[in-house]
Amino acid sequence: MYDIFIIGSGVSGGFIALELSKYDLKIAIAEKSLDPANGCSRANSGIVHGGYDPIPGTLKAKLNVRGTEMMLEMAERLHIDYDRCGAYVIAFGEDDDKKAYELYQRGLTNGVEHLSIVSGDELLKREPNISKDVTSALHSGTTGIISPYKMAIASTELACTNGVEFLRAHTVIGMEDMGDYIRIDTDKGVYEAKYVVNAAGVNSAKIARMLGDDSFDIIARKGEYLILDKSESGIVNSVIFQMPSKMGKGILVSPTIDGNVLLGPTSHNVDDMYDKSTTKDGIAEAIRGAKRSVPTVNERKLITMFAGVRSVPTTGDFVIGQSKANPRLFNVAGIESPGLTSSPAIAEYLVGIMKDCGIEMSTKKTYVMNRPAEKKPRLMSQADANALIAKEPAYGKIVCRCEQVTEGEILDAIRRPAGAVTVDGVKMRVRAGMGRCQGGFCTSRVIEILARELGVSQTEIRKQNEDSKMLYRTLREE
Amino acid sequence: MDICIDKDLVIVGGGPAGLAAAITAKENGIDDIVIIERDKYAGGVLRQCIHDGFGLQMFGERLTGPEYAARYEEKAKELGIEIKLNTFVLDITGDKIVRTVSPDDGMVFYKAKAIVLAMGCREKSRPAIMLTGERPAGVYTAGLVQRLINIDGFVPGKEAVILGSGDIGLIMARRLTLEGVNVKAVYELMSYSSGLKRNIVQCLDDYGIPLYLDHTVVNIHGKDRVTGVTVAKVDEKKQPIPGTEEYVQCDMLVLSVGLIPENELSKGAGVELNPVTGGLFVDDNMSTNMDGVFACGNVVHVHDLVDFVTIESNNAGKCAADYIKGKKNEGEAIEVIPENGVRYVVPSTVHKNCDRKTADFMFRVGKVYKDARITVYDGDRLVRSFKKSILTPGEMEKIKLAQMDIDSASQLRIGIEE
Repeated sequence: MYDIFIIGSGVSGGFIALELSKYDLKIAIAEKSLDPANGCSRANSGIVHGGYDPIPGTLKAKLNVRGTEMMLEMAERLHIDYDRCGAYVIAFGEDDDKKAYELYQRGLTNGVEHLSIVSGDELLKREPNISKDVTSALHSGTTGIISPYKMAIASTELACTNGVEFLRAHTVIGMEDMGDYIRIDTDKGVYEAKYVVNAAGVNSAKIARMLGDDSFDIIARKGEYLILDKSESGIVNSVIFQMPSKMGKGILVSPTIDGNVLLGPTSHNVDDMYDKSTTKDGIAEAIRGAKRSVPTVNERKLITMFAGVRSVPTTGDFVIGQSKANPRLFNVAGIESPGLTSSPAIAEYLVGIMKDCGIEMSTKKTYVMNRPAEKKPRLMSQADANALIAKEPAYGKIVCRCEQVTEGEILDAIRRPAGAVTVDGVKMRVRAGMGRCQGGFCTSRVIEILARELGVSQTEIRKQNEDSKMLYRTLREE
Repeated sequence: MDICIDKDLVIVGGGPAGLAAAITAKENGIDDIVIIERDKYAGGVLRQCIHDGFGLQMFGERLTGPEYAARYEEKAKELGIEIKLNTFVLDITGDKIVRTVSPDDGMVFYKAKAIVLAMGCREKSRPAIMLTGERPAGVYTAGLVQRLINIDGFVPGKEAVILGSGDIGLIMARRLTLEGVNVKAVYELMSYSSGLKRNIVQCLDDYGIPLYLDHTVVNIHGKDRVTGVTVAKVDEKKQPIPGTEEYVQCDMLVLSVGLIPENELSKGAGVELNPVTGGLFVDDNMSTNMDGVFACGNVVHVHDLVDFVTIESNNAGKCAADYIKGKKNEGEAIEVIPENGVRYVVPSTVHKNCDRKTADFMFRVGKVYKDARITVYDGDRLVRSFKKSILTPGEMEKIKLAQMDIDSASQLRIGIEE
């Protein structure tokens, strides 16, 4: 019997698990994919927002501002890169100028710091590649960039270091209230828990309904993106937004924390919540939108395209709290933008609610505060690299040529708690296969390392989900 | 303090280009050479090219890739040339310091008198052709499939569609068929194949694999593993024609959509790249714009035949040796400019008054020409012309000019006249 059973290991599930792992509780986190961060946490803009956009008084506004506040410390604890590079919301003409000012006012109401309005001329000095048609911009000094999947992976990992069990490739297919506990049926077996946290992303409405909660629904809204080669870094120094609309924050041009350039997203509702396909029209729309802000964007330097599906709540705000239908169910649903930013704050807020609901939580005696940093020989001095490689020669073996990732880093990613078991799991953790050749060189090597380390045949290695085997059959006796 | 090892010659890459350059440099009196190779064996991509047809120019024999590589590897070993395997070059700086890393030696810096860049090329992948759709397992470049089958010993799928009729695509159509994979078809965006004619005959025709010209893949299906692709016919502008879409069931899409010189290290060092090809500008000594930095093989321009890589690399090794010995070519050099359908020419500058009878020029055309002439002009003066019954982008052209023609010219422009 678990005390708490979390469904979904995106950023919400990961940070909730991490927050709960401070306490003497038996906790599991179930993920339908093989590795964490395979839903919306994998494919979004990777922005830690300032907090000027959400409507004052909403959970989005409150948790965005608190999330940004928490992020510096959280990134340090998790050892993930985070850069407060700032953002501009650019205005084209008088109507937009007014909207920029409204956003500025809204930001002040939300308690956002480091906001200012800058003129078009001033912006051009700071961001010389911006469109000359820009008339003014809202500058947000606290906006930053981060890797969204590293957030989910690192929080899940540290939670597991602190005793949380990671149930990978577990799809919840039904739940039943047994009076004293909830029975959770998964495709891998039956589990029992006193409380369930529903952080199932696009599936959260479906999960809630399993316990009779139909108080909200989820609209799947797809966003398509492009990533440009690192050679394009420097085209913008900060995140460039256009004016937000009902459909979202619009198409941005942004540096990524790993040194690439991100364009997108589009914003279109889709029927299929697993529709992560890119389309010709979508990509063209993203390029057009990006060029409106930064005309010199060079889409020929594209290295990959991807799409993510946002979980848009029908209620208009994050759905966080105890379910009215079943007191053993806590929903964390509809976590669209600014969900990534809010995630540590969502965890803090939810755990507060759970305590208020009378769930007993006593602080553990031993709690590991920090996730160990990854060792990256490419960034080390000669002396440090040599000391490391002498001890662990795998750190001298480059596997991914584009991103210069060593076998040592890949082994570490596999061996960590809730470690990588798939090609994409390795890729999201250490960037092997994320460079300009997109895995042409390292894929076969990564498969070999995964198989060796996991003690299975290479034909058992998957890209992401269970049905995504990379190889069909072997030509050799094994 | 970083510790640097002094070397006369550092060769980046132990494929056919690097091996040939090292051997020739050694034969020309340079002893202090190191080849840096990132793989666990020398020979580069040849090690996975187990088909034959290599060496016809150099040896008059039909060798397999590994056999061809072995001849040069053995020669290098005989000559006592040091090859650092499993060693990766992290970067090269403008003052010719090469930073390497390996499991055995750790991080090692070499300070070189001369460098030969011989990193080869890599395959273009899905984004290079803006191929949208799902992102399932089963979308692989042809070279990766070749490595999986020939080196690692795994067949990556059951039913394949191949996009691109370059040589690797054609060779993999045959290789996959021989391993029992149902190769449904090869689709080619252009109106012609960019592969060698002999490969179309031996790899497709002999196995009854259809080749569809003016076609492309417009969508990839399958959330986890590829379940099929949508193909379509394209118009003259290479845009898919609505209404011609067809669904083809398969569990693997093999991409053979071109090669691109692997010049990230060159760029970092400050070597000038040719924006048309992604290759390098070199003179007739295979010298780049950086003093003492030479280049050869597919890092300069993508070749069809390894034999020509070897010839080019012999020249690079010889010239690097001369440079180290202080024999610099100080003579006047003239520009070689591509025009009228010629995409690039190697070399891009050529020296006058050299002690040689002829000089070679290699280039590719941008489209198919029939019964055309290759023309070489100096200003308005036609220096030479060569009749050709056919010229295609898939086959590299090579012409020889007499040194006396070069000596009397102020510039050479190479183009095509129909």
